[in-house]
Amino acid sequence: MGEQFVELILKLNGFVAIAAIGLIFVFLFKEGVQAFRTIPASHFIQTTEMDFDNTPQTVRMWQPVGTNPKYSLLPLFCGSMLVALPATLLATLFGVASGIYLAEVAGKRTREVVKPAIELVAGIPSVVIGFFCLAVLASLVQTAFQTTFRLNAVVGAIGVAFVIIPVIATMTDDALRAVPTHLREGAHALGANRWETIVRVVLPAGASGVTASILLGMGRALGETMIALMATGNAAQITANPFASVRTMTATIAAELGAVPQGGEQYRALFLVGSLLFSLTFLINLFAEIAVARMRKRLAL
Amino acid sequence: MVEVFALGLLRGTTLVLVLATFLMLGSIASQGARVISWEFLTTEPVEGMTHGGIFPAVFGTLCITLLMILMALPLGVCAAIYMVEYAGGSKMARIIRASVNNLAGVPSIVFGLFGVGFFVLFLGRSLDRVRGTGLLFGQPAMLWAAATLAVLVLPVIIVNTAEALNAVPRSHREASFALGATRWQTVRRVVLPQARSGILTGSILSISRGAGETAPILFTGCAYFLPRLPLVSLRVPFTGLSIPMINPLDQFMELSYHIFIMATQSTDAAITRPIQYGTTLVLVGLTFLLNLGAILLRIRYRQSIESA
Repeated sequence: MGEQFVELILKLNGFVAIAAIGLIFVFLFKEGVQAFRTIPASHFIQTTEMDFDNTPQTVRMWQPVGTNPKYSLLPLFCGSMLVALPATLLATLFGVASGIYLAEVAGKRTREVVKPAIELVAGIPSVVIGFFCLAVLASLVQTAFQTTFRLNAVVGAIGVAFVIIPVIATMTDDALRAVPTHLREGAHALGANRWETIVRVVLPAGASGVTASILLGMGRALGETMIALMATGNAAQITANPFASVRTMTATIAAELGAVPQGGEQYRALFLVGSLLFSLTFLINLFAEIAVARMRKRLAL
Repeated sequence: MVEVFALGLLRGTTLVLVLATFLMLGSIASQGARVISWEFLTTEPVEGMTHGGIFPAVFGTLCITLLMILMALPLGVCAAIYMVEYAGGSKMARIIRASVNNLAGVPSIVFGLFGVGFFVLFLGRSLDRVRGTGLLFGQPAMLWAAATLAVLVLPVIIVNTAEALNAVPRSHREASFALGATRWQTVRRVVLPQARSGILTGSILSISRGAGETAPILFTGCAYFLPRLPLVSLRVPFTGLSIPMINPLDQFMELSYHIFIMATQSTDAAITRPIQYGTTLVLVGLTFLLNLGAILLRIRYRQSIESA
């Protein structure tokens, strides 16, 4: 009797956990899809407007407040990419290098100090890094590159890189340490030195794991909110200039949701942005999971 | 020659990374330490938040973290026990595992959207309608902010707990079954005692994650400035005494939100810079203490498993 009761309670908890997750999905998309009821789908790409001399103009702007609100998602997407891609690139350079260092080069003593240090970085709240970017890093970048705007995509990207370097470094370290030792011994026996062993044997064997770490890092970069909100300048525009002020999808939600009436057009549009963000990160994480599964299978052979 | 250069480059990159981290933390620590005093930690902000301390923010952070733990920890640990010990490799376990993995990758601002859409507007407004309380539940409050954070840390708790449970050798369970113990007896007397410190480590890590998050609570309960603490006095029956209690339906000030608004929306961001550094140092200190505790606990736990 007691036995079954306990199982029932535990099972209920399991169900609540699933329900919570299902509800996120449902509530996000339920509100997001409703945006299409009042806004034509094409308006999320661009709108056509009459110029002052009555020539039609194609407008790609995110400008949800005003008499003639515009909801093009392109500037926001562009902003997210302009922050996430440089951040991922930077974090890949540093993260993979430190991951390899930890797994293949560092002695046991060094490892025991450096790895917890990196994990400690992973525990820094992102608002702290955002604040540091805003207060210190932005001025450094401005002096170094003579940029027009103090807060820009590069400042945000460096901050976001800080958040995802620990993710990439620890996962790369884990992936490379999962490569069996006898592969390394075989390479050494054939006369390869340590660097050749790393490049020709260990990295190819752990490649899927490293790829997965980079993908997961990129997912985190796309979803990072506070740094994007505090350090990128918050100007929704389509640009390829990394020193321009941009606004990411995450920052748009964070900056605007507080001021919109519930159930309005902009409220739904923000939920649509959220749904898009959810889908994007979901896809990226899915690819990462496939990469990990592939690596497990290969190493088991 | 190539080898020496390449390995040196790897070492150098890691060194740069560690140095950059220490520079960042060092500058926060040195600037923040000038401001932090007992008075800074125990007084309220005054004069339009340009002077004074951060006590309401510290208090709010502790309250919301406590509420979050109360909601997420029992739920997450029980769900993990069910997933690992009861459902095993069944379909239910696979569904929980898949959804938990997906949830772990969801951006934190999406949790904020969910918190507003589900907790505040749907659940809160429905409660108001059913109970006829006007606008009591259907507005941003500590309760909803804590619930949003609880959903955010739930997958972290489940994953960590499941890992700790899986680390307990199968043979121990089988030995217990062979002695005639039921499943729950086995879980309670054999599995949980061994997995205890692992579960604790994971829980502390997830709590520190929740305590530092800002995006999910932006719209679900944080206040820019609140002249009172989110307290309510409960009257003890028959004694005439009243004791202060956390009021979960009130808004609150919070450390990470305080940093955000002071740095971006303060009346004069330059004048309040010292306060911003001080608040940042307090938040960093808080999360570091939690993380350090978890890491030390894990080292001890690994040693005890290896020696067993």
